[in-house]
Amino acid sequence: MTTADTTDRPAAVPGAVAAPVASRGQRFTGAAANYIDERTSISGAVRELGRKVFPDHWSFMLGEVALYSFVVILLTGTFLTFFYDPSMTEVEYDGSYVPLKGLEMSAAMASSLDISFDVRGGLLMRQVHHWAALLFVASIGLHMLRVFFTGAFRKPREINWVIGFVLFILAMAEGFTGYSLPDDLLSGNGLRIIDGMVKGLPLIGTWISWLLFDGEFPGTAVIPRLFTLHILLLPAILVAALGVHMLLLIINKHTQFAGPGRTNENVVGIPIMPTFAAKGGGFFFIVFGILTLMGAFFTINPIWAYGPYDPSPVSAGTQPDWYIGFADGALRLVPPGLEFVLFDRTFSFNIILPVIVLTGFIALIAVYPFIEAWVTGDKREHHIAERPRNSPTRTSIGAAGITFYMVLFVAASSDLIATHFGLSIEGVIHTMQALFFIGPVAAFFLTKRICLGLQKKDREIALHGIESGRIVRLPGGEYIEVHEQLDDYERWRLVSYLDYKPLMIRPDHRGRITLAQRARAAVSSWFFEDRISPPTTTEVERQHAGQH
Amino acid sequence: MRQLSSKNRTASARPGRRSPLATVALIIVGLMTTGGAYAMFSSTAAAETTTAVTQSMVEDGQKLFAANCATCHGLDAEGTKAGPSLYGVGAASVHFQVGTGRMPLAANGPQAPDKPAQFTEEQTLAMAAYVASLAPGPDIPSEEYLQGDGDATLGAELFRINCAMCHNVAGAGGALTEGKYAPSLSGVESVHVYEAMVTGPQNMPVFNDLTISPEEKADIITYLKYLEENPSPGGFDLGNLGPVSEGLFAWIFGLGAMVAVTIWIAAKAS
Amino acid sequence: MAQHDTGETPAVAGSAVEKSEPRRDHPGTAVEVSDAFVNPGLPPHRPRVTDLDPKKDAQAERRVYTLFYISIIGSVLAIAAYGAFPLEEGNMSSVRMNNAFLGLGIALGLLGIGVGAVYWAKTLMRGDEIVELRHPTRGTDTTRARAVEVFTLGNEESGIGRRTLIRNTLIGALIATPLPAIVLFRDLGPTSDPVEALETTLWEKNVRLVQDPTGAPIRASDLTLGSVVHVIPEGLNELAHKLEEKAKAAVLLMRLKPEDLNELPERESWSYEGIVAYSKICTHVGCPVALYEQQTHHLLCPCHQSTFDVTNHCEVIFGPAKRPLPQLPITVDADGYLIAQSGFHEPVGPSYWERS
Repeated sequence: MTTADTTDRPAAVPGAVAAPVASRGQRFTGAAANYIDERTSISGAVRELGRKVFPDHWSFMLGEVALYSFVVILLTGTFLTFFYDPSMTEVEYDGSYVPLKGLEMSAAMASSLDISFDVRGGLLMRQVHHWAALLFVASIGLHMLRVFFTGAFRKPREINWVIGFVLFILAMAEGFTGYSLPDDLLSGNGLRIIDGMVKGLPLIGTWISWLLFDGEFPGTAVIPRLFTLHILLLPAILVAALGVHMLLLIINKHTQFAGPGRTNENVVGIPIMPTFAAKGGGFFFIVFGILTLMGAFFTINPIWAYGPYDPSPVSAGTQPDWYIGFADGALRLVPPGLEFVLFDRTFSFNIILPVIVLTGFIALIAVYPFIEAWVTGDKREHHIAERPRNSPTRTSIGAAGITFYMVLFVAASSDLIATHFGLSIEGVIHTMQALFFIGPVAAFFLTKRICLGLQKKDREIALHGIESGRIVRLPGGEYIEVHEQLDDYERWRLVSYLDYKPLMIRPDHRGRITLAQRARAAVSSWFFEDRISPPTTTEVERQHAGQH
Repeated sequence: MRQLSSKNRTASARPGRRSPLATVALIIVGLMTTGGAYAMFSSTAAAETTTAVTQSMVEDGQKLFAANCATCHGLDAEGTKAGPSLYGVGAASVHFQVGTGRMPLAANGPQAPDKPAQFTEEQTLAMAAYVASLAPGPDIPSEEYLQGDGDATLGAELFRINCAMCHNVAGAGGALTEGKYAPSLSGVESVHVYEAMVTGPQNMPVFNDLTISPEEKADIITYLKYLEENPSPGGFDLGNLGPVSEGLFAWIFGLGAMVAVTIWIAAKAS
Repeated sequence: MAQHDTGETPAVAGSAVEKSEPRRDHPGTAVEVSDAFVNPGLPPHRPRVTDLDPKKDAQAERRVYTLFYISIIGSVLAIAAYGAFPLEEGNMSSVRMNNAFLGLGIALGLLGIGVGAVYWAKTLMRGDEIVELRHPTRGTDTTRARAVEVFTLGNEESGIGRRTLIRNTLIGALIATPLPAIVLFRDLGPTSDPVEALETTLWEKNVRLVQDPTGAPIRASDLTLGSVVHVIPEGLNELAHKLEEKAKAAVLLMRLKPEDLNELPERESWSYEGIVAYSKICTHVGCPVALYEQQTHHLLCPCHQSTFDVTNHCEVIFGPAKRPLPQLPITVDADGYLIAQSGFHEPVGPSYWERS
């Protein structure tokens, strides 16, 4: 706390301590700090937060990529709003792009083209905005995977997982609303698909579509409405949720990987002031810089090629942005004929079914921390990020989830896969339909085997050391390979993980076994039936005793 | 010819003015009534291609046909089980199929892919002349429609409505059923684009001169030439494949770069 | 966030890990063994070359400020590019140049700062890690007791627990107040019935089939075998709300060999000499189904790959769609132009709840 003291004092009593040695610059800084602190108590916040410690690991910076992408989105998006006209009024395009000149299109499309071709830097801002949006969702996804596979969602971070999940959904909603705003052919067909999906929902579908589009599709209301959602409502919720997310991060402190000196009761790393601030702040500029390079040299969403929305044309390879791809894929994988008329009403299971499956999948992601907490019954706080191999079942569930998601995503690009790999669309779809069921199961078992194998290897190394490749002959004539023992620091990384055993069913105080307990025991044994316990000191001793 | 196209183009066209008879007759009538230097020029251009067909060319074509095509299409191009009859397909069809290397077929498959042409332009024209001499069909288009000096806006709109669903808005191609595909249009010669529209090769539908006038075809070609000559203003176009290639790029290169940077940042300095 | 006592321990080599006395929460099914390994504490700190060698230190410093200089140059270049690469009307390569060089300058400006700052942190700022203690997330027992006290006092002083009618009516009022907001959203859509709009299109008896987008009428004789024409009803282009109508009325016109057509008995009169007209709007979710293969007579939707067989009244042969595309009955008028015999006999486009 010495740091806080020396910085606080000159601010509180300017001149008294620092004056004899202070330069002009220091005097000014001191006076300014004093001025602000006397009006805001800022020194308290600096004392609390200034030397907070952040663990330094590359995978802990994925959330930062998302955060910085979001800042880039806000900056470039603000620029775009100054030029964009969210109106579906038909105008005649009279801008720079020759193949669209004189064509009737909505003011939204015309202003998007003007941003691209008649505002200097406009195309750059559009492209950076769009690239940043793709990376925003992608980095959230990768960040969530990191949190999932390291078990960083466990107590006390379950709520922050849910908030992060909400951010992920909001990011996708932001992406979709923004994708539609230029009112080009591609996004228009995307909206048309949304309209068709909404109409397929039972009972309320037709009316929801009617209210969404202010009457018939496409109408003249949907773009202004999406614009309001895109720049006002969704960002407001997103920023609020992001604030809570960061606040909880500060309260809970960051997790850290197991390592020598790192315990569940401390956090080892670099302080905010100055190292983390320099690294994190510098990283923001790097993220911004990379996104700017992408915007400068790689075309994204060439709306001029798509042309204005018209309900009649469509382009081959009509796909949503990648993060909606899984939903599009789910629609494509539906087997034929799942639509029935019953009681004079249409049940479009070709839409209801994917909606249910996707909602279930997404809901499962949101509640996973609670499921695992229920299974283990572990009420302790966990601040050590686990290595994925040390929680084989969870890692396998994650791998199955990724496979499931990838199958849907690949299905969404079935036509491109067919043309680029010389396959037939039907073949790709049928393969994906099979993989939809087989893929996640296979990934589960495969991953579990790999995890257990890696754990076994770790255990082997922790107990016996690393094979040195050096063969020596013992005095008795026996040949052995010399194993180099790990030092304490290296061994600790391999042996410090949690071990759970399957739940034993026990009658409660009334002597009954409840259904919930049976279920919990069943899931628990599925979770922990195959396990490799961490080596103990006794084992090492026994090992050493046996060897020599 | 101008008149003909403008009639097709505007909604106010008076019905019943066009004879329901053959295309050729109509074009000749149109040329005669419009007159003018431009029409004269185009008629001479058209005349050149037709007058260029000589009896010796037809004979050369017949020989080439007998040697290279007759196995599947029959000695008199009457068709066999292996290949369709070529009566009435016209010179345009032969010039397209042979000129883009699709014929002769290398192997059986869902569809004939384009490949390096097997014959010289002269030989191709000879075979085209031979097939055209069997029965009337679409002719090789005259140069005037291939200049790329038409209306790019209308061309782009026609392209989006009639072509983009298979060939993609930027002409990058796309998938069809059962392993067939609409090929990419980049680098395809304008004359072949025109011929493909008139003849409807393989599973491509026919866009004859009455459903899409020669002028409108010239507009479409103008748009395609514009695309060819003006690379995307936004930078590399990633194959013009739309959001999937953008998504892959964002994940692999964008996020890949970010992760590489995080590893550098977190790594201990030496 | 009580971290006043945060021990900012410099990571001294082999420093013992401080053990605070944690609350014992239930470990669930976790296995706790007595002979587990003991955390060996932080490993010794390894100094960096910049810590040891003043030359390397000076070199690192030079690199950092050079990177910041590069950043300044990049930003200046971006401003220069803004002026040096103006946008010329109709010239796409001017847009390309402007985009590339402006972006390059800005990126240089940003990356210079970013790389410089990170390099500074890595090489010149404090190199060892420091330790901060965690505290249980739950408040201390005294804090929690005080919180309970606050609530108890609040309850006593307001009487919210005692005065049940006040409490219950307040809850009721709070539930009721947002309800008007829900009602307000009703006017997002018009008052008319959506079902009626979904069931009607511009097509009716004697409406001419004209080309999309030119509006030119079509003679039956214009279509050769294998032809396909994208069609809209005559007069659509003049409508104020043409997109809504086009979204329902777009039609695909194809000419097949009459003997290839396998027509339903009640629809035999709906085609004209092998020319058939089908709605272009997919019965799945409404994409335009327009990929017509003239030899196989398949119609493919590029969005979700539903495939329709034109020879068999457009029934679905692949993909998620269930219903065939609705057919438009056509014939020719006295002048030989194609006209509709009537409107569609069923609603076009995607299914909806009220459709039967």
